[in-house]
Amino acid sequence: MKQTLVVIGNGMVGQHFLAGLVASPEKDQYDIVTFCEEPRPAYDRVHLSEFFAGKTAEDLSLVPEGFFATHGITLHLGDRAASIDRDQKIVTSAKGVSIRYDKLVLATGSYPFVPPVPGHDRKNCLVYRTIEDLEAMTVAAKTGKIGTVVGGGLLGLEAAKALKDLGLETHVVEFAPRLMAVQIDEAGGAMLRRKIEALGVTVHTGKNTSQITDGETCVNKMCFADGEELETDVVLFSAGIRPRDDLARSCGLELGQRGGIVIDNQCKTSDPDIYAIGECALWNGMIFGLVAPGYAMARTVIADLTGTAGSFTGADMSTKLKLMGVDVASIGDAHAKTQGAMVFTYQNGASEVYKRLVVSEDKKRLLGAVLVGDATEYGTLLQYCQNGIELPENPDALILPRRDDEAAPGLGPDALPTSAQICSCYEVSKGAICSAIAAGCTTVNALKAETKAGTGCGGCVPLLKSVLNCELAKQGYEVNTDLCEHFAYTRQDLYNVIMVEGVKTFGELLAKHGKGAGCEICKPAVASILASYWNDYVLKTEHLSLQDTNDTFLANMQKDGTYSVVPRIPGGEISPDMLIVLGQVGKKYKLYTKITGGQRVDLFGARVEQLPTIWKELVDAGFESGHAYGKSLRTVKSCVGSTWCRYGVDDSVGLAIELENRYKGLRSPHKIKFAVSGCTRECAEAQGKDVGVIATENGWSLYVCGNGGMKPRHADLFATGLDRQTLIQYIDRFLIFYVRTADRLQRTSVWMENMEGGLAYLKSVVIDDKLGLCAELEQQMAHVVDTYQCEWKTTIEDENKLKRFRHFINSDQADDNVVFVEERGQIRPANGEERKHFKMLEVA
Amino acid sequence: MVWFDICAAADLQPDSGVCALVQGQQIALFYMTATESVYAVHNFDPFGQANVLARGLIGDLDGQPMVASPLYKHHFNLKTGVCLEDGGVHIPVYPVRVDNARVYVGMPE
Repeated sequence: MKQTLVVIGNGMVGQHFLAGLVASPEKDQYDIVTFCEEPRPAYDRVHLSEFFAGKTAEDLSLVPEGFFATHGITLHLGDRAASIDRDQKIVTSAKGVSIRYDKLVLATGSYPFVPPVPGHDRKNCLVYRTIEDLEAMTVAAKTGKIGTVVGGGLLGLEAAKALKDLGLETHVVEFAPRLMAVQIDEAGGAMLRRKIEALGVTVHTGKNTSQITDGETCVNKMCFADGEELETDVVLFSAGIRPRDDLARSCGLELGQRGGIVIDNQCKTSDPDIYAIGECALWNGMIFGLVAPGYAMARTVIADLTGTAGSFTGADMSTKLKLMGVDVASIGDAHAKTQGAMVFTYQNGASEVYKRLVVSEDKKRLLGAVLVGDATEYGTLLQYCQNGIELPENPDALILPRRDDEAAPGLGPDALPTSAQICSCYEVSKGAICSAIAAGCTTVNALKAETKAGTGCGGCVPLLKSVLNCELAKQGYEVNTDLCEHFAYTRQDLYNVIMVEGVKTFGELLAKHGKGAGCEICKPAVASILASYWNDYVLKTEHLSLQDTNDTFLANMQKDGTYSVVPRIPGGEISPDMLIVLGQVGKKYKLYTKITGGQRVDLFGARVEQLPTIWKELVDAGFESGHAYGKSLRTVKSCVGSTWCRYGVDDSVGLAIELENRYKGLRSPHKIKFAVSGCTRECAEAQGKDVGVIATENGWSLYVCGNGGMKPRHADLFATGLDRQTLIQYIDRFLIFYVRTADRLQRTSVWMENMEGGLAYLKSVVIDDKLGLCAELEQQMAHVVDTYQCEWKTTIEDENKLKRFRHFINSDQADDNVVFVEERGQIRPANGEERKHFKMLEVA
Repeated sequence: MVWFDICAAADLQPDSGVCALVQGQQIALFYMTATESVYAVHNFDPFGQANVLARGLIGDLDGQPMVASPLYKHHFNLKTGVCLEDGGVHIPVYPVRVDNARVYVGMPE
């Protein structure tokens, strides 16, 4: 036999209760009947002022279409419950409907308090609570010019925004000496006042309205106890709320001295079959004028009805909102009433920001906070406060502005306990959010749909997002060590597999350890491993399809599909004759020429079909490939050294040439740059390179893992006083260890920074041979050095390989989309406009 | 649909691309050995605004055969021409036939 459950009131809390109940397993235990006094079911009162920003009553509705019918709830719309007979357990409505109940829930809400001053019921004296009130305001505003809100609290300022949106000259009259006296302290209130007045609202504080009479220039005139007067057309009362307890009073339920239906921790009234929730309920002597505690009460009643343990034990009254575009937030004990509380205040007059922290006597816990003008720290501070998280040593760092180079001291989502409540409207914990993310929610919207977090007041959305990002990063970090979808291995794993199993081709590796056909991530990565281990010719048929276009054509593709050509100039030393060759080739093929940062010459604008003939001339003259196209050793830059320089200590150019010739062609996870300086003046900038060598009186100093580019890193001093042989031995070991263990496209700097043990570990491997690997590393390098070949020389000698160097397989024409124009006496690619111009000339 | 004889099947590059000129159009031809498939798409990369797709790496992503542009690494589905990063962008695709060791590409009349 089903029981009958009657809910009186279909406001936000009443509706939250119904939605929760029908989602619970016990929903079939009850026939549900609800009375709604207003002409429409529940809507979002929190965002009421958006009605004036264009939202309709439908937009504000909180009831999904067909909700009552779907769940078999009988709704009496526009019918007020008029009396309760507790002996007979019957509710009777104003329209005469009588329902016998087994359980009754009072969700009657509150009404705006209107001070009983003479004239309070005059024309255009309104309140701000329902959509009907808003419609009345709209009508009144049409004929008026000035509007005044009585009450400078949270709701009052919302109402002031509504008046302003209606185009009225707006005043706020507050009895207390400051705005939002309940939530924020005096200095915060003063800041808020300045900001609101700057928006064109006149604020009158410390004003006691004595009566409202006929105005002279407006409909009404407000008279204050201090003798001042204010002409206004519209008066809007927003001076607090009072619980709607008349129904409870008339049926003899226990009420508080100043009103409110007394409830216990299960939200039961003095009659065990009657509950009260929301703003009509008085718990522990308190009325909660916010929606979140009302929702918590609704959940408590559902738990009680369904026999699960649950109790309402008070609610956090922290709030964050935007009042007329001004961020205002209040957390916990904002007024520092706690014994021994200490206060930190930050006030910035120029940018009109006010922040205040209330901290426990031992400075370990956050008790409360006030934020005006900038509430970005709200989420973090709320978590500190609610979860009792220990504060940093200097709590004021949490509210002080940060300079660009300082990291935010904010609480990372990682520091929050699983139990931390992220959304207080729907009581969603961090744990619940993490489970939803683990179950596949990867966007804020998906999380909102799954957990409801962030769908109440919306204040927790930034925190929600940061928890999401943090969790995704964590998951990504765990999952994405896979090279790509074709290999569930890291680059380092694949290197070991290739070495241990002696794998020689991509096809073999894919068949044994991968899946699918490969992609532009795994193919070049594996090609690089194979090249550094076996050192085969990179254009060998079985390796050809693995190479990026730059490696395939042994040149660097530029934005228009042409290539640049970079011959090797070891150590940057070049004879006049060789310079002339470069000049002649550049001139003959009309190439753009530029000196690079690595002390060589780059020739731009070569079409793919020109590359073999250009290289034939270069190779014949004695040039070799510069490997500018490869992830490999690029250049060894040098200063002129002791041979010429007055200050030079050793022959930096000679060493640079030796090093460049030794390591040229070594394929690696990313490009590698060297430099050698002949003295500590360091003209070659060796401390910004992957490998840097500096001459000293006592021998060579070796630096490693430096970097220029996007994220510069100063190299670390690795060893000093080295002779040439030891230096080369260390570099051999260092390079092969890097090649074997780095991630794809990881420069030595990042490799080192991510290495457990860092520099000390690297030294122990390379210098002390901690892993017993050194002989093997040297052997691998010796193989690479011994099997070096100039890729261009090999290529121009092979007719078959040259076949690829054509734009079309079936025509000798060139790509007509490649167009050059002249600039500063050299060519450059035509831009879009210029290209169009040439096309038109052709057609004509 | 008109079929054009382009080149010998042996002229195709295994697991790589070549470019052919067909009726004034640049057509990128890819030969994927794993599935013995040949694909034809336009050679023009709409993002990089250059004729380079034949020089891109090919493979598959999520089971879709694709080419990665050598310029900014956008992926294009070789069957449909749709860009995997931006579904609103696609490149023309053409039917291919291999007959008697010759490669034919179909062009609309």
